Amino acid sequence: MSDIPASTVHPAPPALNTRQRVISQLLRDKAAMAALTVIILLVLTAIFAPLIVMVLGHGPNEQFRDIGLTPGGVPLPPGPNFLLGTDVVGRDLLARLVVGTQITILVAVTCALTAIAIGIAVGMLAGFRGGLIDTMLSGFVDVVLGLPLLITAVALVSVYGASFPIMMGTIIFFTWGPVARVVRNLVVATKEGEFVDAARMLGASDLRIMVREILPNIAGQVIVYGSLLIPQVIVLEASLSFLGLGVPPPTATWGGIIAENQTNYAVAWWTILFPALFLLAATLAFNVLGDGLRDALDPSSERRTK
Amino acid sequence: MTTLSASAAPALLTVDNLSKHFPLGKSLFGPERSVRAVDGVGFSIGRGETLSLVGESGCGKSTTGRIVARLLTASSGSIVFEGDDITSLDGAALRALRRDIQMVFQDPYSSLNPRQTVGDIIEAPFSIQGIEPPGGRRKAVLDLMARVGLNPEHVYRYPREFSGGQRQRIGIARALALNPKLIICDEPVSALDVSVQAQVINLLQDLQRDLGLSYLFIAHDLSVVRHISQRVAVMYLGRIVEIGDAETLYASPSHPYTQALMTSAPVPDPDRAAARQRVALKGELPSPMNPPSGCTFHTRCPFAADRCRSEAPVLRVTEGGTAAACHFAEVRPVIA
Repeated sequence: MSDIPASTVHPAPPALNTRQRVISQLLRDKAAMAALTVIILLVLTAIFAPLIVMVLGHGPNEQFRDIGLTPGGVPLPPGPNFLLGTDVVGRDLLARLVVGTQITILVAVTCALTAIAIGIAVGMLAGFRGGLIDTMLSGFVDVVLGLPLLITAVALVSVYGASFPIMMGTIIFFTWGPVARVVRNLVVATKEGEFVDAARMLGASDLRIMVREILPNIAGQVIVYGSLLIPQVIVLEASLSFLGLGVPPPTATWGGIIAENQTNYAVAWWTILFPALFLLAATLAFNVLGDGLRDALDPSSERRTK
Repeated sequence: MTTLSASAAPALLTVDNLSKHFPLGKSLFGPERSVRAVDGVGFSIGRGETLSLVGESGCGKSTTGRIVARLLTASSGSIVFEGDDITSLDGAALRALRRDIQMVFQDPYSSLNPRQTVGDIIEAPFSIQGIEPPGGRRKAVLDLMARVGLNPEHVYRYPREFSGGQRQRIGIARALALNPKLIICDEPVSALDVSVQAQVINLLQDLQRDLGLSYLFIAHDLSVVRHISQRVAVMYLGRIVEIGDAETLYASPSHPYTQALMTSAPVPDPDRAAARQRVALKGELPSPMNPPSGCTFHTRCPFAADRCRSEAPVLRVTEGGTAAACHFAEVRPVIA
């Protein structure tokens, strides 16, 4: 009656599901684990920023023109009083970097999640419905991707002034498009599976098919894309802040700190080096983790797990 | 029409003059072109009966199955199920119809969602239709698994942990969950090893006997369906070229295409093989975008005459007892 007895199929690994397999492979990936450590440190720094600033004893926007600058008005190098030195107006660089981490992580995560949510919604609708809706939404994405980022940002800031909402809106507006495109293409490929017809045959609604049948099949790739979107957003935020189009001073951000100190790097190298290192560490960590996730989620890389 | 219906009892399903045209995109000037994937197909299926739809790939048999399953909507024609016209049902009525008509799919790999466990897959019919079977959904799932010959202990496994035959059993369990009256089997064994094909076909027969199911069984091979069908319809380029009771059709096929399909199957006895008259087909299947004039089979038919190139034949009862769409339908001793 039954064909091959089911017990002889796959005797060894005892039913590892996808999530367990991905996690076990990630744990073996040293680079990804190092990246994850860096990310966790950055997130902890962001969460405990107020506490760290309290321990340091120097507010991030507090100017120590007497003890924070040499008599000639030059920033202090890293030392016992100011661990990473001071900036051009005598503020504690470490305190500013800690607060900048908080803002960067907050902006990066909020913008990336929002962009991914919009991208998934638009991409799924376009890919699943196809036809005119697909043509219109895909065309709209093409238009968005064709707009010049900097000119739009400059125009917005010159009209409304630099602010958090303007900056985050700009970042989200210029990052959801590629997500939508990726999701749309994944959906178009996935909906060809007969299991979609099977669900429709059972009377499932379009929404249920999209959420329950298609989304779990593309979630892995979307997570990878999302983890690679975060460093893009971090760089974008730093760039906008560097150009004065992002978070208005005196609020500390990594890009803003570099911008404030760019004229005196010759005498105060630490004011550029440390924020740049934070920026590098964060973007590198998210990129490496994203690569590790992609390898772990890619079934074709399963063979080389041993 | 009498020859096309199985018996005097009212049929469970009656399909009449069904057509499906897929548009090929419009050119700015000139007529809109389309593929006539299904062109005026009609048949009926009685309760507890199996009708097999046989033909080469591209003949429209799967499209016909999908229209009857209401995964596609017909361009014209009618489908009557239990006395109700279901040709263009939608919304809640279509959802309700799903309980009565189910489908087993061709590809045991892509027809099961790789991200769902077997339990989730077989439970989906209940959750989608909002049905609470007596004893609970979980018990119903386990019962269904046992019914199709799966080990209920494997309810938490994923499809990739099963063989092709077992996966097809999962698909059958899902189709059975809602207690349907008609199951459309879209080449359910063509993707399986020959050794497993018989097991799945036996399972389908057992279920039919026990549950009184009707099948619309789609296959590309006459020999696969020989022992399971009461009636057989042979399709060519979107049309039924011969239809009749299985016994009659296998014993005395009248359409040259049916004869060709039969003689193309190997015979295990060399004496019989030598004695039979082979009907050999010429050339390739023409493009359905640009079907031949007259009888669409004339380009490959060994008996084609001038009349076949200009005049399309209609289905008519033949001496052999089937209905065939051929001007020169006659019983030829193809099976010696």
